[in-house]
Amino acid sequence: MTATVVSRPQHTPPAAELDGVARHYPGGVRALDGVSMRIGAGELVGIVGPSGSGKSTLLNLLGTLDAPTEGSVRIAGHDVGALSDNGRSALRAQGIGFVFQQFHLAANVTALDNVADGVLYTGLPVRRRREQAAAALRRVGLADRAGHRPHELSGGQQQRIAIARAVVGDPALILADEPTGALDTASGEAVIRLLRGLHAAGAAVVVITHDREVAAGLPRRIHVQDGRIAADERPAHTGAGS
Amino acid sequence: MRLSAADLLRTGASGLRARPLRVVLSALGIAIGIAAMVAVVGISTSSRAELDARIARLGTNLVTAAPDDSLFGGKAKLPQGAAARAEHIDGVRRASEVAQVTGVSVYRSDRIPEEESGGITTYAADLGLLETLRVRMAEGEWLNAATSEYPAVVLGAKAAEQLGVDRVGPDTRVLVGDEYHSAVGVLAPAELAPELDRAVLVGWDAASDRLAMDGHPTTVYVRADPERMSGVRDLLGRTLNPQRPHEVKVSRPSDALQAQEAVDQTFIGLLLGLGGVALLVGGVGVANTMVISVLERRSEIGLRRALGATRGQIRGQFLVEAMALSALGGVSGTVLGALVTAGYALSQGWLVAIPPWALVGGAGDPVPIGALAGLLPAVRAARTSPTRALRAG
Ligand SMILES: Nc1ncnc2c1ncn2[C@@H]1O[C@H](COP(=O)(O)OP(=O)(O)O)[C@@H](O)[C@H]1O
Ligand SMILES: [Mg+2]
Repeated sequence: MTATVVSRPQHTPPAAELDGVARHYPGGVRALDGVSMRIGAGELVGIVGPSGSGKSTLLNLLGTLDAPTEGSVRIAGHDVGALSDNGRSALRAQGIGFVFQQFHLAANVTALDNVADGVLYTGLPVRRRREQAAAALRRVGLADRAGHRPHELSGGQQQRIAIARAVVGDPALILADEPTGALDTASGEAVIRLLRGLHAAGAAVVVITHDREVAAGLPRRIHVQDGRIAADERPAHTGAGS
Repeated sequence: MRLSAADLLRTGASGLRARPLRVVLSALGIAIGIAAMVAVVGISTSSRAELDARIARLGTNLVTAAPDDSLFGGKAKLPQGAAARAEHIDGVRRASEVAQVTGVSVYRSDRIPEEESGGITTYAADLGLLETLRVRMAEGEWLNAATSEYPAVVLGAKAAEQLGVDRVGPDTRVLVGDEYHSAVGVLAPAELAPELDRAVLVGWDAASDRLAMDGHPTTVYVRADPERMSGVRDLLGRTLNPQRPHEVKVSRPSDALQAQEAVDQTFIGLLLGLGGVALLVGGVGVANTMVISVLERRSEIGLRRALGATRGQIRGQFLVEAMALSALGGVSGTVLGALVTAGYALSQGWLVAIPPWALVGGAGDPVPIGALAGLLPAVRAARTSPTRALRAG
């Protein structure tokens, strides 16, 4: 695989910047504490760590689904704390794609319409949404399954549909929370290949994974432990993330 | 970014499509309430239209005068020639009279025991009676100058039934008193003079010659100019019985038909109230369904928030879903109510009359009820934390 690093223009802001971020839950749970980090535009990053260490909490903060108790989060240059709830929704609609372990596809809805829902909240008319969905299905190699419903598809295919939904609006940041967690090895590999391809096409991709092999193949790995960043491995040869 | 109306409807309907059985069951409450209300309005409107048509056909300008029984224990009488006198009143178009013949029983034949002919009254009638009352002949012919002098008889609708006469021929006879009379005709129901339904009518001369009728009428029927009704009513007592005007009881039979409408109105109010209660229960059912739906669909809510839905869009989706659910109940309830109305009205031989406002209201009124029922669940859906919602999935 060619390690294509799309050189974005100098002024492109980092995909995400966290500064002194903490997330506490009532009852004294410190899911995250003192986290500062930066994910460059177009970077591919793995997040690893034991269960309960705060990985999902971190991803939700990156996805503006959650707000930090302390510190600041900037996504694509926007200070998330300064945005209204509607502003954060718009940011998610336009700039962030999510992939979840459980797929979260709508039952009884065709693959095409599931994917089209990825741009439902962008203001595009339904015809454009369907066109883009068809293109996204081609990107994940499931153009021939456009009319199928989730229960007619394998787990790996369902996750690829979910990936198509995440990328249908061409977001600059893709967040995947254990996307291979519910899949067999072969399907998991296909999913990771897809995520690499999206990175190659220019999107920043952050993927939480428990799979050592998958993690080992990623250009940057952030280790989370007890809500803190225990290590940030960035092998020199990739040079990504500015 | 706002969702277009079509997208709002589409997302609202998506939740309904996924659970068709639940949709049917929770729309049913609303449908039953609406069906009940539409049917009540439809049936009462049809019945009123029927009654109006009847009243219009029979006219409200018929006045009856009879001796006031309450004063003389049934012994009061009108003077002879009362109808002829009534016709001289200004504003009276025509007048007819009948005289009850007492002490005479009516049988189909002399082989039938007496107790089976109970309750059939015999009246002497003048020839103009049919036209004054606007009664049709169901069978045969009305009395004429010839038959009114002979032992001939016309049967009231119920009397004919009771005597087992459904058609008349040359040899159809009934026993009136101790003489056979040939039955020449059968009356249709006399709606303004129901006392004639259980009676047989003989000609005035025949009655006085053969049945010892004394010539004092027991009821005078008067058709008046509609505009001069009140004047005619005032003069009638004095004219018919100048010596004892207060012994004449004057009434208007169509009042009874009109009173029937008023009775209908209060009954309708009660039934509509019951329909309203059913509708309210239906609304509570929709609210209940929506609360459960929001709880069950937390992961969908979380996903939509992740895809960029605002809180307002989530709220809108569930509100539209609740309104669509209620509208479904409203439309099917309206159709059901209209069918019930049509079925009932046709079975009664009425015209089907459903006011358009009832159809529009039946289909449309549940929508705000749905909005009200869906409000709280929708607000809760919008407030759901997206991270927790996704965790639940
Ligand atoms: N909504 C919440 N309320 C309370 N505690 C929470 C909540 N979400 C997560 N936590 C806690 O925060 C910690 C980190 O959770 P999470 O980020 O999901 O871990 P990971 O994804 O690494 O397994 C855990 O101890 C978890 O129990
Ligand atoms: Mg997790």
